Amino acid sequence: MSNVMFAMSLLLAAAMIGSAYVAISGKSLSISILAAGAVSLFASVMFVILAAPDVAMTEAAIGSGLTTFLFFFVLGRVRGAKDD
Amino acid sequence: MIKKFATLVLLVGLGAMFSSLLLGYVPDTELNFTARYYADNTVTDTGAANIVTAIIVTYRGLDTLGEVTVLFLTATIVSLILSQARRSDALPARKPLAAGELLETGSRLLIPLILLFGVYVFVGGHLTPGGGFQGGAIVASATLLMLLTNPLKRVSHRLISALESVSGLFYVVIGILGLVFAGGFLDNRILGLGTFGALFSAGAIPVIYTLIGLKVGAEFSSMMFNLSKSEDH
Repeated sequence: MSNVMFAMSLLLAAAMIGSAYVAISGKSLSISILAAGAVSLFASVMFVILAAPDVAMTEAAIGSGLTTFLFFFVLGRVRGAKDD
Repeated sequence: MIKKFATLVLLVGLGAMFSSLLLGYVPDTELNFTARYYADNTVTDTGAANIVTAIIVTYRGLDTLGEVTVLFLTATIVSLILSQARRSDALPARKPLAAGELLETGSRLLIPLILLFGVYVFVGGHLTPGGGFQGGAIVASATLLMLLTNPLKRVSHRLISALESVSGLFYVVIGILGLVFAGGFLDNRILGLGTFGALFSAGAIPVIYTLIGLKVGAEFSSMMFNLSKSEDH
């Protein structure tokens, strides 16, 4: 692994940890959902760097695509209800 | 206070465990026995350019059948649970907010492209990275975009369930054909291996992965429709 790749994966790891922290710090639910999706997005780039494009595609499609929208969908439902 | 202390202790313990793993890490200089076998024999055995696909669909085909079954059960259970909260179609539903020009035009432009890309991903699974599960998830995200634009949009439930069950049935039938005509269950050599790297090559792998893609896409889409149909109490 070249130096550029190493620096990039360190950066990605830091970004993942940062997004994960934002997701659990709980400022607002929408921001948490977006941050959790960002963790998956960074993870899928990481998988590409680690030479696993198949896993990266699954992670990007399910982890950061479907799951994020599913959470938003549920969030909309919960907000639409009368009592929490 | 005690809770925070316990969390801290847990974190430090985990950190110690993982750091010992990290410090003892030596990168492999050569492939291990199983990986060496796959790297050497995949092309002659299966004719697939993508080794990952060859492993998923042929060498470990039975596990993939199990995975597909788990996904099928999940979709069934989601539909069972949500059917309690089904909105009756006779009552006029509360009209949702209009999606807006941007989302409507954008989705009309993007949905066919996303569908096409999903089909490309699962049809070319034996040549390029990707395959049935990834392609199915991409197809389902087109469904999701459609539902975001218009939550009341419905695709015939009969079509989705027919697609799902027919592809599942053919998947098992191809597996049994492999048992009869070739080396074992889900053996891909029931069809000719063809030229290496061509679209119609690698025996039954493209057929199996197309079936898996359709099945996964139909299952995820039916979950979306069920969620969208459910009524909040």
